Amino acid sequence: MTATVPAECRMANDIARNLGHLPAEEAAEAIAGHIGRFWDPRMRARLHEFVDAGVDGLDPLVVAAAKHLR
Amino acid sequence: MTLLKEPDFGTPERPGPATVSVEVDGLPVTVPEGTSVMRAAAQAGVDIPKLCATDSLEAFGSCRLCVVEIDGRRGTPASCTTPCADGMKVSTQTPKVEKLRQGVMELYISDHPLDCLTCPANGDCELQDMAGVVGLRQVRYGYEGENHLDAEKDTSNPYFDFDPSKCIACSRCVRACGEVQGTFALTIEGRGFDSKVSPGAGESFMDSECVSCGACVQACPTSTLQERSVVELGIPTRSVVTTCAYCGVGCSFKAELRGDELVRMVPYKDGGANEGHSCVKGRFAFGYATHPDRMLKPMVRDRITDPWHEVEWDEAIGTVARRMREIQDRHGAGAIGAITSSRCTNEEVYVVQKMVRAAFGNNNVDTCARVCHSPTGYGLKQTFGESAGTQDFRSVAEADVIMVIGANPTDGHPVFASRMKRRLREGAKLIVVDPRRIDLVRSPHIEAQHHLQLRPSTNVAVVNAMAHVVVTENLVDRSFVDARCEDFDEWAEFIARPENSPEAVQEITGVPAAELRAAARLYAEAPNGAIYYGLGVTEHSQGSTMVMGMANLAMACGNIGRDGVGVNPLRGQNNVQGSCDMGSFPHELPGYRHVSDDAVRTVFENLWGGTLLAEPGLRIPNMFDAAIDGTFRGLFVHGEDIAQSDPNLGHVTAALEAMELVVVQDLFLNETAKFAHVFLPGASFLEKDGTFTNAERRINRVRSVMKPKTGKHEWQIVSEIATAMGYEMSYEHPGQIMDEIASVTPTFTGVSFDLLDKLGSVQWPCNEEAPEGTPIMHVDEFVRGKGRFVVTSYVPTNERSTRRFPLVLTTGRILSQYNVGAQTRRTGNVAWHPEDILELHPHDAEVRGINHGDMVTLASRVGQTTLRAEISDRMPTGVVYTTFHHPVTGANVVTTENSDWATNCPEYKVTAVQVALARPDRPIAAEATGNDLVKAGD
Ligand code: SF4
Ligand code: SF4
Ligand code: SF4
Ligand code: FES
Repeated sequence: MTATVPAECRMANDIARNLGHLPAEEAAEAIAGHIGRFWDPRMRARLHEFVDAGVDGLDPLVVAAAKHLR
Repeated sequence: MTLLKEPDFGTPERPGPATVSVEVDGLPVTVPEGTSVMRAAAQAGVDIPKLCATDSLEAFGSCRLCVVEIDGRRGTPASCTTPCADGMKVSTQTPKVEKLRQGVMELYISDHPLDCLTCPANGDCELQDMAGVVGLRQVRYGYEGENHLDAEKDTSNPYFDFDPSKCIACSRCVRACGEVQGTFALTIEGRGFDSKVSPGAGESFMDSECVSCGACVQACPTSTLQERSVVELGIPTRSVVTTCAYCGVGCSFKAELRGDELVRMVPYKDGGANEGHSCVKGRFAFGYATHPDRMLKPMVRDRITDPWHEVEWDEAIGTVARRMREIQDRHGAGAIGAITSSRCTNEEVYVVQKMVRAAFGNNNVDTCARVCHSPTGYGLKQTFGESAGTQDFRSVAEADVIMVIGANPTDGHPVFASRMKRRLREGAKLIVVDPRRIDLVRSPHIEAQHHLQLRPSTNVAVVNAMAHVVVTENLVDRSFVDARCEDFDEWAEFIARPENSPEAVQEITGVPAAELRAAARLYAEAPNGAIYYGLGVTEHSQGSTMVMGMANLAMACGNIGRDGVGVNPLRGQNNVQGSCDMGSFPHELPGYRHVSDDAVRTVFENLWGGTLLAEPGLRIPNMFDAAIDGTFRGLFVHGEDIAQSDPNLGHVTAALEAMELVVVQDLFLNETAKFAHVFLPGASFLEKDGTFTNAERRINRVRSVMKPKTGKHEWQIVSEIATAMGYEMSYEHPGQIMDEIASVTPTFTGVSFDLLDKLGSVQWPCNEEAPEGTPIMHVDEFVRGKGRFVVTSYVPTNERSTRRFPLVLTTGRILSQYNVGAQTRRTGNVAWHPEDILELHPHDAEVRGINHGDMVTLASRVGQTTLRAEISDRMPTGVVYTTFHHPVTGANVVTTENSDWATNCPEYKVTAVQVALARPDRPIAAEATGNDLVKAGD
């Protein structure tokens, strides 16, 4: 691995940055929708672990989106 | 099939509504206005002798063999250059014209070596035929006069010879190179008797501008320009019509054989994509199919450090099935998966994804299209409702302004480029958006009106700025937008914001605002504006956003839904479109339908039996991550070389090494096979039977030219693996697989092998509403109903130039090589591209003390490699460029894990790098997190 950020966090952050133009609540829903549609369940589970563990560097929109993913 | 010879009407078709009626030798015929007398005669069934005319080229009127008499007209006009007039009465066989023709032939023959019996074209020579047709019985001039019989042969091209002693100076080759190919490499030097054909200024073919497309060889009526394979093997005796297996243009070819030996590939006139043209790859580079490196026996081994041993098919298939099931028993159903190939047929891809979904019981299937055009699928689906290009190739002939974004068609999609160049020579305007000055920007008789030389990674800022100009300068096609689109107002409010103006973004993009404004106006104001794009759009962290940005722009200008417009991806590999259509994505069943859709799953469950998973599976990069995490342990790789083609190779190889079972199916022991436990030999396109779908959604037949050298078709092998895993799968013929596809995919319901045999090819959607296919999409309404405007904010990539890595690397491909080069490197095409080259700007070279031809080190934060430098002002300063055709360079050793936010398509086009003179003792240090990987080569 070359990246220090776990892949799921990096990808979720990328999604958040690209949907960040939406109003916060809408953005969170859109991020969750995107992840739900395209991510394998084990990746979603790992993302939840990172969110729950409060890892550094996660976009706040991703943290908000995680609630919609549950 | 015997040898197929398409009729030659002598001069091109002149389509049009107005007609004229004439009589040829008493036979009445009605033709479109502007049709030549020669063509009208051919349509009436009368072949007029000819030498300098052929229907792929405009008439030239030089040989005068085609003279006729016309009632009421004086003299004997050449029928190829004389247009029909209503009521004309033409006589093609009068004593007068017969005598003239004999005189012409006599002159030609007196300066021609009469070695017909030993000539390679014996039996396939128009001069020989015409001598017979005109009844030539004697040559009065003697052969000892001045002649060209000693002229020296040019054998510099690896695939064809030029023997000027046989040349009749008809200039068909010169015109083919200009009109058909658009390269203008040939000229006729000298005048009268001294005139002779010459590549460039007296250069050899190899040293000239020639790109070896073969158009001149095909046009030559004699054996002057002749395929070397014909010289060596003799004139072919039978043909099989099939499809090129290289790029997404999908050219149709006649594979011409002598017995069971393939002699040559000749582009097929009736091919919908190519209409009789070809490029060097499809035309000549097929030798890899019989290359001694090809593996023909299955092989297995326990560990990747063990030597391979050959086994029978049953054992190989049994091993795959057993070990896959063992992994699932230990690690769960989701621990295995497969990667389908865009080089394989639709039928092969369909059975692989079926094996994954029905036999593996998961959705862990992805395709190599992930790493090239997945953003196209996402972006066009979001905006237009269908994951495919909007036009057929023919449409470019109606475009008034052509915008080429992040594509290099003359290298990547040469036959389409020739069609595009023809339109540009006719006067269409060109806008090129590319960091590199690609050939199209300035080439013979073509000059781009605008070259927006943007910095890599700023596509979205550029397209937004163009849309900003359209919206703020009132260039929007309101009636189109009002009638056919939705969410316009919200988008227009966003795009009109000052931060999207050309002036605001020029600092970021490097594109002068005035130039960008002018380009935007040109596109918006054109009656027909067409967008063509390639991997320079998709392979970015904002690839999907950019695809939507272009769709927004096209909709705002009303440039969708008719000839001459559209948003068109130029697909990389031959079957990228098809492999995506066939359900190779982990979230989609065939026909782009999400796995969570209960109704769709039910259709497949009823057909396949069992229960299908409603959750998406792993995409290729996710598979690698999961392999390193230990949750993904078995992979079937179908015809792809992920250990060469995928980014951040250090990570890929670590993932492959971590797997318990890697199965590779390929023609050659490729880089990925180094990590494999089972190797299954594949079939070349000459052995395949099935269909490919090209970039214009055209489904073309691929027909077996020979039996599979391995004894099995690939769809058979996959079916047998599934069966050995306990899921019964069996087909007698690939046509049955297509019937199954048609039965479950609404856009394919009308497709069958019978229909393809009847029509030649068909563009999907092909169903009850469109029984003969759909050349242009979204005509009256978008597939999703209303076209949707999507807000596309510009988000800079995470990849930043730093002091340590101050340059930006972008990657691409060149004409003579294909993808990872596994095929083309095993053909004569290496004559053009023996190694990967790093192009850099003279300034960047100078400050680093690098000279043209020096070996340099190219390093990014993830790895480094060594290659040769080529100094070139095609590149802007700060940007370097290379290809990835050769494993020894392993250019992807340096590309990173960054990827498109929506689809994970890797960001091949942007990597921060440093370049230095190669000093083996002092590699450039990678950053602390980096993996200083120096690739050792094979
Ligand atoms: S092979 Fe193609 S490019 Fe070369 S001279 Fe002939 S027509 Fe021109
Ligand atoms: S090389 Fe062939 S096509 Fe060209 S001028 Fe000579 S005979 Fe004609
Ligand atoms: S343009 Fe593409 S499909 Fe056509 S011959 Fe060349 S490689 Fe083959
Ligand atoms: S064929 Fe008409 S002049 Fe040559």
